[in-house]
Amino acid sequence: MMTLPAVEVLRPGSVAEAVELLRDKPGARVLAGGTDIVPNLKYGMYETQHLVALRGLSKELRYVREEDDFVKLGALCSIDQLSREASMLPALADACAQIAGPQLRRMGTLGGNLCLDTRCVYINQTYFWRSALGFCLKKDGTLCHVVKGGKRCVAAASNDTAPVLLALGASVRLVSPRGERILPLRDFYLQDGVHNTVLQSDELLVEVRVPVRARSLKQAFGKLRMRAAIDFPALNLAVALEVAQGAVKSVALCVSAIAARPALIRGLEDLAGRPADARVAEELARRAQKQCKPLTNIGVDPEWRREVLPVLVRRTVSRALQD
Amino acid sequence: MRKTELIKLFVNGEEHSLAVPVQRTLLEALRYDLGLIGSKQGCDKGDCGACTVLARPRQGSGRGEPILSCITLAADAQDLAVTTIEGLAGPQGLDVVQRAFVDCGALQCGFCQPGMMLSARALLDNCPKPSLPQIKEALSGNLCRCTGYSQIYQAVQVAAGMRKPSARAPVQAERAAPSDSVAHPVKEIVP
Repeated sequence: MMTLPAVEVLRPGSVAEAVELLRDKPGARVLAGGTDIVPNLKYGMYETQHLVALRGLSKELRYVREEDDFVKLGALCSIDQLSREASMLPALADACAQIAGPQLRRMGTLGGNLCLDTRCVYINQTYFWRSALGFCLKKDGTLCHVVKGGKRCVAAASNDTAPVLLALGASVRLVSPRGERILPLRDFYLQDGVHNTVLQSDELLVEVRVPVRARSLKQAFGKLRMRAAIDFPALNLAVALEVAQGAVKSVALCVSAIAARPALIRGLEDLAGRPADARVAEELARRAQKQCKPLTNIGVDPEWRREVLPVLVRRTVSRALQD
Repeated sequence: MRKTELIKLFVNGEEHSLAVPVQRTLLEALRYDLGLIGSKQGCDKGDCGACTVLARPRQGSGRGEPILSCITLAADAQDLAVTTIEGLAGPQGLDVVQRAFVDCGALQCGFCQPGMMLSARALLDNCPKPSLPQIKEALSGNLCRCTGYSQIYQAVQVAAGMRKPSARAPVQAERAAPSDSVAHPVKEIVP
């Protein structure tokens, strides 16, 4: 049995109120669906005195609509809702349908999934377990147990919506008491497992915008995990291809659950003009394997994950090209 | 900082007023404040599904959808109508899902059963004749370490009237005790 630490729960009624609370209470954390932060709090991963619960904002931030050439998704859309209502972006709906289990999908939110804390076998453990190992870089310690001598935390981004939205070229709207900014999602994540986003302590992710043209991209999501439900990904990836007259015009491939930042595979521009067939899938698989180095940060054999990665890329790309 | 707060929970058709620590989860409130120990504390971090309860907005109808009570704050459940396993049986006795689970021998240690049966109930409320993949999907958030699931899936099909049980277990259908008979009264409110 794990009890939550004593915290004060604040319940704002609007986004403006929420970000002011985040500013006025240093160290405060956001509680939306609670599927990630509550277990982490129980594990003693955060030393926070205040939780800003967003339940009162669900009317304001729970929508799927198209306007100004964007598909706009409210941050408090539940994952389950998106698996049904985001059918115009099939890869996103598919990724949402594969997150965790039915109960968690109903509780978890899109914003929460994008801001999901990074995961590692050495951090998602009880305080007692971690203390027995002398803690680690991510919290309380000075050593990394994954990379010997490592100075930067390599806990893995484990959100399934992030690779899809990155491949589709989405951006996010962030609100703070100082105003708001719109940031391409590819600039949102950082290569630092301790805090892997550029989100400031008083900022709130309120909306995801996907360009309407993403609806016509050939897209697919692929996920590797030990069980077909509940588990976090051992590998996940999304591919989006623009195809015209049987030839690739542009392609984006994003692989995650490897390190702190979901990795958009670099240098794919020269694939433009190639016929959209199995050879492109093979080439993408080869490049993805070259650029991704699975570590022992996830409790699944890294050698195996490295071998499976090109297979998963190939299958996912073929699935995208078939539809 | 406020250490305790007064909340109202609507559980199994009855409203309860409770003074609870602010960080109380719904599961803890159900088990330790209301004495409804049918909802189980398994992993206590939202993986196993043993703490599953059904919840809907208070103004709504039906029983609602399965959620995990171990990662829901009790104070956040105030606007919900919650159904626990104690509230599943009706005046006529056991719910068809409970009856089917007994008949099919779909349980061994029984720890996962409250969550399993509530997930099954929610599925049948939404979809009276589910296919096997639909059943598997609906129960995929509930882990069972004993049975290997096949009898559980059969039990759901039996409950849906899609197959006959292999045996009928001699179970006396009886109504679960009303939850207020074991609820602890509010003793004091610490400001």
